[in-house]
Amino acid sequence: MGCGFAKSDKLKKPMRAALLIQRWYRQYVARLEMRRRCTWNIFQSIEYAGEQDQIKVGQQTHIPSIAGKLHIHMTPCDSFRNLISHIFRENNICRNVDWERYFCYKSIEVPKLYSGPHLSFPITCSNAAELVEAFKNKQQLHSRYVLQLLGETWRLLRILPNISQISTCHSKEITICGDLHGHLEDLLLVFYKNGLPSSEKPYVFNGDFVDRGKDSLEILLILFSFLLVYPNDVHLNRGNHEDHIVNLRYGFTKEVLGKYRLHGKKILKLLQKIFSWLPLATVIDNKVLVLHGGISDTTDLHLISRVDRHKTSVTPWLTLTLTQTLENMLWSDPMPQDGCVPNEVRGGGCYWGPDVTEEVLQRHNLTLLIRSHECKQEGYEFCHNRRVLTIFSASNYYEVGSNRGAYIRMGPDLVPHFIQYQANRATRALTLRQSVGRTERSALRALREKLFAHKSDLISSFQEYDPENTGLISLGHWACAMEAVLRLGLPWRVLRTQLVGDTLDGMLDYHLWFRELAITEPNTELSNASLLETMYKHHSNLETIFRIIDTDNSGLISFEEFRQTWKLLSSHLQTEISDEAISDLAVSIDFNKDGSIDINEFMEAFRLVGGDLLQNEGDPH
Amino acid sequence: MAEDKESAEAIVSEVHKKIRAAFDVFDHEFNKTVDVREIGTIIRSLGCFPNEGELHDVIAERLTVNRAYVHEHREDNNGTYLTKQIEEEEPTGYIRFEKFLPTMTKVLMERKFRPIPEDLMLQAFEVLDKQKKGHLELEELTKYMTQEGEPFTQEEMEEMLSAAMDPDKNLIFYKDFVSMMTVDDPR
Repeated sequence: MGCGFAKSDKLKKPMRAALLIQRWYRQYVARLEMRRRCTWNIFQSIEYAGEQDQIKVGQQTHIPSIAGKLHIHMTPCDSFRNLISHIFRENNICRNVDWERYFCYKSIEVPKLYSGPHLSFPITCSNAAELVEAFKNKQQLHSRYVLQLLGETWRLLRILPNISQISTCHSKEITICGDLHGHLEDLLLVFYKNGLPSSEKPYVFNGDFVDRGKDSLEILLILFSFLLVYPNDVHLNRGNHEDHIVNLRYGFTKEVLGKYRLHGKKILKLLQKIFSWLPLATVIDNKVLVLHGGISDTTDLHLISRVDRHKTSVTPWLTLTLTQTLENMLWSDPMPQDGCVPNEVRGGGCYWGPDVTEEVLQRHNLTLLIRSHECKQEGYEFCHNRRVLTIFSASNYYEVGSNRGAYIRMGPDLVPHFIQYQANRATRALTLRQSVGRTERSALRALREKLFAHKSDLISSFQEYDPENTGLISLGHWACAMEAVLRLGLPWRVLRTQLVGDTLDGMLDYHLWFRELAITEPNTELSNASLLETMYKHHSNLETIFRIIDTDNSGLISFEEFRQTWKLLSSHLQTEISDEAISDLAVSIDFNKDGSIDINEFMEAFRLVGGDLLQNEGDPH
Repeated sequence: MAEDKESAEAIVSEVHKKIRAAFDVFDHEFNKTVDVREIGTIIRSLGCFPNEGELHDVIAERLTVNRAYVHEHREDNNGTYLTKQIEEEEPTGYIRFEKFLPTMTKVLMERKFRPIPEDLMLQAFEVLDKQKKGHLELEELTKYMTQEGEPFTQEEMEEMLSAAMDPDKNLIFYKDFVSMMTVDDPR
């Protein structure tokens, strides 16, 4: 019948319409995924490039390396050498007993007005739970209790072995958390979903508790208090951020000094000791190895367990064989190719391949390596034929919506089960499009700041492709120049649409482009433009060096120290900065006109409108 | 004529660079391979609108089967060696750039999988909106998207609803939805 034909025609139409809509929508989702992936690459490459800078700064200031690694055009004067060696001299004259006297909390009184939590020692599990509640309610623990808690922690850590052995007997399930990076929200979420640590609920925390997020100290205090209550059931592994040098740059030092103005220095010094005493790894049922970074071809757990860990620096500029092994445990990343090569991206540790995993695991009769150290979009990721598992517990690490956090639950069968989450209710309500958009805007902002910081280098590079000085270059050349200067390994052609507006016939007017990047210039009274640019480019390094030099953590450095800092940095940068220019600069920065420079005031000059993305101090919103 | 050849070469070269750039985004280990599951995203991000079937065809026919020749040696009764060539498939899971580039170049040069214009999209929604209300109910759209054509997974459906649906009324005002999605295109 005729209507039969028409009917089948009608039936077909909705199907075709549905097909069309599905096809269109899936294309859209793919484009979003591409943007998300690019954004991720941006954040990751800036993060690792930052870490690499950090290590180079450390390399500059370590005395034995200076002669070898720096090409110094001028000989640093004796007073400066003394200054630097004073900073890094390990004070072996002091015994623990002397340190304990220095760290003593007893003279600190807690005022009646104090409304925060009170701790009594030996600490109980209800104390620990109270502490969690108090921090949830944004209270601050009094410095007396902080020092007392840290003191007890230090004493406990000194008797723990380098590698903890734990077992899942009695059908205990173990919970393993990865990087937290000062994200208190995530820790609270884990406790909410999984329960507080106890003898029935053992936990392993796999390093990087501090830096970047704004509640690093609170996380430490919570972890340490549970460690004291349940020393056999709570295990902390040291991460590469449990290192006072790294903390100078990534925010933890600043956080502590900001929260504890009177006793912050003491607290930091005690934490320095605690970090050096943190255990390096945990082994579960003699089968599963848990540590922060990874392994290398020379990993030997028997050797590692006999090392004096508190005397051995893990910061990547000591190149003794033994310390290299420990450094690898905290800094390394897995790679898909076989072999073991230095980790050039981070500047510390190595990249190790599946063959190394197999060999090391077999040699120690292990079945699985659990590590952290790298942010993963889903909070966890397998690699090396599921023999290596990365677990990362800081959600929204790069930006709200960038990634989930996860933790592992593992029973006697040693099969990992994953629980994922994302702190911040707002994130869950965001659509894919909104969260990609937001993360992307954040990444692009960070990227634009980097562009501004490298402006002269970029312009010179563009000019190489524009010998006739027309002011125009092709987009292909633009992409090449960008990579040559910034070395971030980013897909510039794909990012082009986000960074470059109009082009004339595929040619870019690069001077105009820079003007249109629309970044507010930093607000200072400094007149020397190229000096300003150099300072801006290296302001993170500058700040780190300032803080290293500011040995008493007072926040102030003298003119002389400032001059010496500049000389050191400029020699490393191989730029010429005259003494006069530096003196003028010092005088103009001395905002208080009192003969010393306040580091915070100085760094204020480099805060751009829109946030401290390069400082990475936590949620930028 | 030489100019034409040059400009043709230039066009192909530009296309190659575009493909390379998109590929690199997913080449996590910088070893010129990507996971086959990301191929769809790469192809779509280059401006193509294949449906799932077409995508599957491109991958299955042109990308995944890698032939390697293995010689099998056997002795026959007289002691002579016989060799036989066996075609073996390389393990799937990864697509190499050398394989991807010619396939994708062809797709782009032949303008396969053309974009869907906005007005056609609108018409498609209007077909589903039988009563011409100007909007679709949650159940209506869900039924079509998860039962017809190349059905959405639950995750895809939820994601689309979160973007398209007015949460108070549980209605999809498709005209707004289509304009919003089209404006979103950064190209």
